[in-house]
Amino acid sequence: MTDQVLAVEHHHDEVGTRLGFWLFLYTELFLFAAFFLVYAVYRSSHLEDFKLAAENLNTTIGAVNTVILLTSSLTMVLSLDALKKGSVKLAKILLLATVTLGVTFLIIKGFEWGAKFDHHIFLQTAKGIAAGQGSPLLTPGEEMLPVGQVLFFGLYFVMTGTHALHIIIGATWMLIVYFWISKGSINPENHGVLERCGLYWHLVDVIWIFLFPLYYLVA
Amino acid sequence: MDKAASQSYLNSHTNPKWTKGFMSWFMSTDHKRIGIMYAMAMFTFFFVAVCLGFVMKLQKMFPASSGWEIIPVEMYGSYFTLHAIIMIFLFIVPGAPAILGNFFLPLQIGAKDVAFPRVNLLSFWLYLFGATMAVTGVLLGGADTGWTFTPPYSINTRTISVLGIAFDSVSWMLTAAFILGWGTILTGINFIVTVHRMRAKGMGYFKMPLFTWSIYATSWLQVLATPVVGITLLMIVIERIMPVGFFNPAKGGDPILFQHLFWIYSHPAVYIMILPSMGLVSEIIPTNSQKPIFGYKSIAIASCSIAGVGYLLWAHHMFTTGMSDFAALLFSFLTFFVAIPTAIKVFNWTATLYKGSITLTPAMLFALAFIFNFSIGGLTGMFLGSLSTDIHLHDTDFVVAHFHYTMFGGAAFGLIGGVFHYFSKMFGKMYSMKWAKAGFGFMFIGFNALYFPMLLLGYYGMPRRYQTYPDIPIFNKLQLASTIGSWILVTGVIIVLAVWIHALLKGKRTSDPNPWNSSTIEWQTATPPTLFNFEVEPVITRDPYDYEAFRAEVKAGTSLGASHD
Repeated sequence: MTDQVLAVEHHHDEVGTRLGFWLFLYTELFLFAAFFLVYAVYRSSHLEDFKLAAENLNTTIGAVNTVILLTSSLTMVLSLDALKKGSVKLAKILLLATVTLGVTFLIIKGFEWGAKFDHHIFLQTAKGIAAGQGSPLLTPGEEMLPVGQVLFFGLYFVMTGTHALHIIIGATWMLIVYFWISKGSINPENHGVLERCGLYWHLVDVIWIFLFPLYYLVA
Repeated sequence: MDKAASQSYLNSHTNPKWTKGFMSWFMSTDHKRIGIMYAMAMFTFFFVAVCLGFVMKLQKMFPASSGWEIIPVEMYGSYFTLHAIIMIFLFIVPGAPAILGNFFLPLQIGAKDVAFPRVNLLSFWLYLFGATMAVTGVLLGGADTGWTFTPPYSINTRTISVLGIAFDSVSWMLTAAFILGWGTILTGINFIVTVHRMRAKGMGYFKMPLFTWSIYATSWLQVLATPVVGITLLMIVIERIMPVGFFNPAKGGDPILFQHLFWIYSHPAVYIMILPSMGLVSEIIPTNSQKPIFGYKSIAIASCSIAGVGYLLWAHHMFTTGMSDFAALLFSFLTFFVAIPTAIKVFNWTATLYKGSITLTPAMLFALAFIFNFSIGGLTGMFLGSLSTDIHLHDTDFVVAHFHYTMFGGAAFGLIGGVFHYFSKMFGKMYSMKWAKAGFGFMFIGFNALYFPMLLLGYYGMPRRYQTYPDIPIFNKLQLASTIGSWILVTGVIIVLAVWIHALLKGKRTSDPNPWNSSTIEWQTATPPTLFNFEVEPVITRDPYDYEAFRAEVKAGTSLGASHD
C-alpha cells in the first residue's frame, strides 16, 4: 500500500509538467492582454491626452528599470545553466542576484509612484476621498484632468501595479527555490522547478518590455 | 497485487496521513473522490438556485394590478442575480467537467489519475473558497447587477446588507467570480495535459471516447477564455473602489468595451457549459442503442470546431448596443456558422438511433430529452442571431427561454442523464428505475410547460428582469401556464435528487461492472473502481464504440471487465 501511495504522489512527468506550465503562462499573458487591449482602445480614442500624460513619466527612470529587469533575466538564465553544470554555489549566488535586481526594480518603481503621488496623481479609495484625502486630479470636479489623462494614469497605475505584484510573486518563489536548492531537493539532476521559475520570471520581464515603450517611449 | 490497491477507491486512500472520515475526502488527491465532492457541492447549489427560480416564477403569476408582491420590487434584481450567479458560476460552467470529467476522463483514457492530482485538489479548494465567498456575499447584501455585471450600473450600485452593515458586496461577489475562474483554469490545464500525456497504450487520439473529446475541447475554451473575463471583472472592482474610469463614461471610459471583454469570455462559456453534456449524450446513445455511434470522427471534430468558432461570435450579444452594421453582420454570419457543427452532432445522434436496439434507461430518456430541448434552444438561437428579429426579441423573456432551453434543457438534462448513466459505476449502488423515470417525466413535462410559454411571452413583448407586468389577458394566461410548469418541474427535480440520495443511503449494492453493456473502457473495470482505476494497465486494441468486437470480447471472456471474475 505504502509503495503504491508513493508511486502516485511521486508520479512525475517532466514533459507534461512543462506543457501544463506553458499553458499557465499563456493564461497570465492573456490576463495582461486584456489590459493591453483596453490601453489600445483608449489610446486610439484619446491620442492627444495620452501623449500629454506620457510626458509626465520619467523616461530615464523607466529605461534604468528596463536594464535592471533585463539583467535579472540574464542572471536567472545563468543560474539555471550553473545548476545544470553542477556548480550549485554559483547557481545560488546568481539566483540571489536575480532577487536583488527584482527588488531594486520595485524600489525604483516605488519612488516613481511616490513622485506621482506628490503631484496628486494617485489612486484613492472612495472612503479616502470622502475623508478629504482625495486625489482631485483623477476624480470628477473642477480640478480633474482631461478624461483621456485620467484613463492614462488609471491604466498606468493598474498595469504597473499588476506587473509589480507579479514581480513580488516571482521573487518570493525564487527565495523558496533558493531554500530548496540549499536543502538539496533541487539539484543538478532535478532542476525542473528552477527552470519553470525562470520561465515565469522571463514572462514578467517580457510584459515589462511591452509596458515600457507603451507608457514611456511613445509620448 | 497488493490487497489495499485492489480495493474500491471508497475504502483505500492516496493520502496516508488521512485515512478516515471527512479529511480522507477533503485532503484526497484521488480524482474520483474529488469528482464526488464536486457533485455534492454543485447539486446542493443547483437545488438552492432552483428554489430561487421557483419563487420568482411564483411572483410572475401575479400581474401588477393584483397587488400581490412575493418578492419586493427592490429585491427582485438581487434575486435573479443570485439565481444566475449560483447556476452559472457554481453549477453549470464548472459542472460536468468537474463532476463527471474528473471521475471519468482518467478512466476513459486508461490513466491512474489526472496529470496533476494535487493541482486538481487545489482547484476544488478554490471552488469551495469562491463559492463560500459568493454565498457570504449574499448575506452581506448580494448584487443586483445581473450576472453580467454591466457597467456603469455595476460601478455605481450600492446594495444594503440584511445584517445592516455597510459592505461593498458587489466587489465581493466579483472577486468570488475571479477566484472561481482560477479554479476552472487550473482544471482545464490539468485535463489538457492529462489527455496529451496519460493515454493508455494503444489509445490514439481517435480512439478516445467522445466524452473525453468534449472535455478536451471544453478545457481549451476554459484556458483560452477565462483569464480575460477574470481581469475584466477585477477592473470593475478596481473601478468601484478607486477613482479610475475604465468603463465609466463620466471619466472617459467606454461601457461597450466592457461588454466586448465580458462576452469574449462569456460566449465561449456557453460552449463550456454545453459541450461536456453533448459528450455525455454521445456516450449514452450508442450504449443504449447497442450500436457504434454514427460518424465518430465528425462528432469529435465538431466538438473542436464548436469550441473554435464559439470563440469568435461574442458580439451577437450586443447587436442593440449600436456597434457598426458591418461588425453586426459579420457576427450574425458567424453565429449561423456555429449551427453547422452543432447540427452535425444532432443528426449523428439520431442516425445512431436508427435500427439500434434501444433501451429506455433513465439516462437514455434524459439524452433523448436533451436532443429535443436542445434543438428548440438551438433553433430559437437562430432567431436571436438574425439582426432584424433580434431587435424585437432582445431583452425579452424569449431570450430567457432560449438560454434555459440550451442550458437547462440541454446542459443540465445531459449532466443529470450522465449521472444516472454512471451512478452505479461511481458508487457501486443502483437507484430505483421506476422513480428515476417518474422524475424524468415530471422534469421533461414541467420544463417545457415552464419555458415554452416564455418563448411566446417574449414574442408578445414581455421584458426580462421585470418583477411584474400589466394586466393583459395574453400575459396572464401564459404566465400562469409557465408558473404551473415550474411546479411540475420542481417536483421532478426533487424526485431526481431524492432518487439519488435514497440510492446512496439505501440503494441496492451492485458490483456489476457493466450494467448497460457499454463498449467503452471505463465500464471494463471494477465497480466501484479501485484506487488506481485498473488492476492491469489497459492496452487498447479497438475503437471505443466497436460493438461487434466488444460482444466478441465478452463471449471470449477477454474484456477487462470479464477478466475480474
